[in-house]
Formats: sequence, C-alpha cells, structure tokens
Amino acid sequence: MSFGSNPSSNKSKRLSQSIAFFIFRLLSFAVVAILIVILGFILVRGISVISWDFLTEAPREGMTEGGIFPAIVGTLCLVAGSMLFAFPIGILSGIYINEYAKDSWFKRFVKLMTNNLAGIPSIVFGLFGMALFVHQFGFGDSILAGSLTLGLLALPVVIRTTEESLKAIDNSFRIGSLALGATKWQTTSRVVLPMAFPNIITGLILSIGRVSGETAPILFTVAAYFLPKLPTSIFDQVMALPYHLYVISTSGTNIEASRAMAYGTAFVLIVIVLVANLLANWLRRYFGNKVKMH
Amino acid sequence: MNSIETKDVHLYYGDFHALKGITMAMKKNQVTAFIGPSGCGKSTYLRCFNRMNDLIDGVRIEGDILIDGTDIYKSDIQVDDLRKHVGMVFQKPNPFPKSIFENVAYGLRVNGTKDKKFIEERVERSLKQAALWDEVKDKLKKSAFELSGGQQQRLCIARALAIEPSVLLMDEPTSALDPLSTAKTEELIHQLKENYTIVIVTHNMQQAGRVSDYTAFFYLGELVEYAKTKTLFTNPKDQRTQNYITGRFG
Repeated sequence: MSFGSNPSSNKSKRLSQSIAFFIFRLLSFAVVAILIVILGFILVRGISVISWDFLTEAPREGMTEGGIFPAIVGTLCLVAGSMLFAFPIGILSGIYINEYAKDSWFKRFVKLMTNNLAGIPSIVFGLFGMALFVHQFGFGDSILAGSLTLGLLALPVVIRTTEESLKAIDNSFRIGSLALGATKWQTTSRVVLPMAFPNIITGLILSIGRVSGETAPILFTVAAYFLPKLPTSIFDQVMALPYHLYVISTSGTNIEASRAMAYGTAFVLIVIVLVANLLANWLRRYFGNKVKMH
Repeated sequence: MNSIETKDVHLYYGDFHALKGITMAMKKNQVTAFIGPSGCGKSTYLRCFNRMNDLIDGVRIEGDILIDGTDIYKSDIQVDDLRKHVGMVFQKPNPFPKSIFENVAYGLRVNGTKDKKFIEERVERSLKQAALWDEVKDKLKKSAFELSGGQQQRLCIARALAIEPSVLLMDEPTSALDPLSTAKTEELIHQLKENYTIVIVTHNMQQAGRVSDYTAFFYLGELVEYAKTKTLFTNPKDQRTQNYITGRFG
C-alpha cells in the first residue's frame, strides 16, 4: 500500500467533492450577483436626480419636481419613534425570558407568541394599528400611531435578538459571578449584558433597517400622500420614503414624469438601510474589541 | 475544629438519587480532597456548600449542612452572603471579560465596597496570595483574556480570595491546565490552607496525595471512605477504595 497508487474510487470521490463545492460556490456568487444587480439598477437610474436640492426640498409640481425632504424627515421620525417604543420593551422582555423566567409553560407560551408575532404579515399590523392607535386611542393619523405600529412590528425581532445574544453567553460567566456573592441582577447587568451588548446592538440596528423600509404598517396610521411641510408634533401626519415611493410609482399625477424621482427615492431609502447595516457591523466590531471575547 | 459539617445529606436530581446520606466533617485550615470516578457525586456534594445546586431546576436536598456552625439551608440565609463566605474556583478558568484589576475587584464591588484605596490594596494582596502579582503588576488594566490558561486560573483564585471567604471550594481546578501551571496551583493550595479551609475535587489521585491532608472517596453517590490522605492511600479499609486507587476501575 502506498499513497502514490491511485485507486479509481479515490478519483471519483474527489470528483464528487469538486462538483459539490463548485455548485455551492456558484450559488453563493449568484446571491451576491443578484444583490449587486439590484443595487446597480437603482444606483444607475436614481443617481441622476440626487442633488442637494433633491435631499433638502419638498416635492413640487404634482411631485414631478422638487425633492423628498419631508419624506426623509418623516421616515427618520418614525424610525426614532418606533425604536423608542420597541427597544426598551423588547430588550427587557428578552432579558426576562432568557435570564429570569424558569423553564415553565409560561416561558414557552411567551416564546411561542413572540415567534408568531414575527410571522404576522405587516399589513395586518397596519390594520391593527389603525383600529387601536388611530381610532380606539384617538391618536388619529399621526407619528405616534405610526411609530407604535412600526414598533409592534419590530418588537419580536428585538426580543429574539436580545434573547439569542444572551443565550450565546457561556453559563460559566454567570456561575462565576454568582459564586462571588453577586445577585442575579448584578450578574446580568455587570457581566452578561456587557458581553451580549455587541450582538444586541447589531440586531437592533438591523431592525431599524427593516422598519425604515416598511410601507404597509404606516399606510393606514400615519403616511401622508402629499404634505410638503415638516411635522411640529407627534400628532402630525408625515410623508415617509417607502410610501412616497409607492405613491409616485403608482398613483402620482404624472407617473412618467416622476419616474426618475421614484428611483431617487429608492436610492435614498437603500442608502439609509445600507448605512444602518454598516453601522451595525462597525459597532459590533468596536464593542466586540472592547469586550474582548475569547 | 470543623469548618464544614454535613449530616445525612441526600440530593435528588428529579428522580435520580445522586447523594445517598453523606455525613462527614471537614477540618478548619486543612485541605480535604474528594476523589472518585466520574458521576460519583463528589462535585455535586461540593456544590452543596455554596448552594450552587440551587441554580439547577429540579434539585432537592435533604439533611443538614453546617458551615462554621450555621445551617446554610435555613430559610433566613441569603445565598449571596453565603457565597461571600464560601468561595469557589471552577474547572475551566472563567475570568470575566474585564481587566485583570476589575476581575479581582468584582467581588468587592458587587458586595458594596466603594473605597478606592481599600479595593486597590485588596486587589494587590489577593494577586500576591494567588502568586500572580509579579506576572501581572505592570498590566493590571489589560484584559484578563490576554493571560495564559494557568494565569487565568490563578486570577480566578485571586478573585475568590479578594472577598476573604473562610472556605475555598475547588472543583477540579487544574484539569484544564498544563503540568507547570498545575504544579504552581498545587503549591498555591499548600500556602493557602494557612488562612482558608480548602475542599478540592480532583480526578487525579497523585494530586490528592500531594495537596490534601484528608481524602474522601465517593462511589455511586456514597461516601465510601474518609481518612487522612496518607492512611487512605497506603492502607484503605474498603475494597472499593483499594480497587479505585490501584486503578482497577474508574
């Protein structure tokens, strides 16, 4: 027996490995290619309308001229509002589920409900938000109603991200802390949370990306068709990028004339989401280095 | 004088009867080693002394455990106070992702110490006691993860010593360490018994022979034999002990 002898069975097993890896590689490239095509498509068509005026002016002439400033501001307001609502509740629930709740039917029920909540179509959230916040609570079509609806949508993502980030922390750190006479809360707040923080923050920012692009939940709760002034209170309506994109692509006064504006809007929306994702990446690395995992 | 006394301790994990009526006493300022094959209950028994078993769902404990005269399972005992009194070092070094200094200071901080000077002095003293000071004194602000495995384990010992427990529990403290670090840790155990009552679980019989004054042999949840280390290793009374220490099972 020697390594040099070349039984044919070896040949065929190497061939099948090569084929398998080739297919995997091809599919990975395909995914990247699709992403590049989408981005390129929007970029090429949208870049021509991007200008300082486009970013800082209100739409004019039946939304065929001018800019999208009110929609940018509106989206930022909605993102901020929904996060103010979803982050505290979601993070605290996640901590409770992973660190405190004993493995009981109640914990399993809460987890099941959280997962189900994540699976509800966003238009259903929109309808619910309209019924509860707009009508029942009497907030009207407003930033408040829209933010709460978007916040509900983000909630399961935030809860799950927090839970998963905490679950990833090895139990030996908790036990080490408790063995030194720390209480459970001290252990959670001083050891576990700082370690989980980089992953939690990544999840939070990814949920921002998700929320900023949602159209259905704001459709019935806040989004204005055309409102060229900025909001002055949380009870005002606002324009929002995704809805604006929908409007000028489907029901504007002159769809052909506003086509370029639509691509420009899409461009801005994508940039916001990309920046959020890059920020998430950077923050994770920054805090990851600070925390110095193994 | 006895530091730890247990009377007829039974422990159940759900239906599994893990400890079957253990009565023994461990002397103050002595090193007691627990030996026995895997699953014999020695670590479980050790974790009764700082109530770490409380963290596991479905554990039931019967019998009395007295540490320095106090029944530690009495209802008015606060576990965090108990754990201040009974320190523990684990099998795998588990420093926190904090600086070397903050690792040692952690126990003081969570127990309410705010005096900076006091903390600094105590950190230095603990690191010296753990024979780590000379190696880390110039890099106290560096992450504990930059230390080697053996240094990390001595850091964990320093961390436990900083809150001045009277008992130190060690659960196979050298099983993840190289021979040199093991030797250093063993030497350390020798020095520490002047001030602390030490109970060490070990898989390594030579180690039990080297570091301990008394040795207890556990088998299938029972305390089979408990005697001076020298006596137990040279003249075991029970056939099972004899079999174990001569390597016939386990």
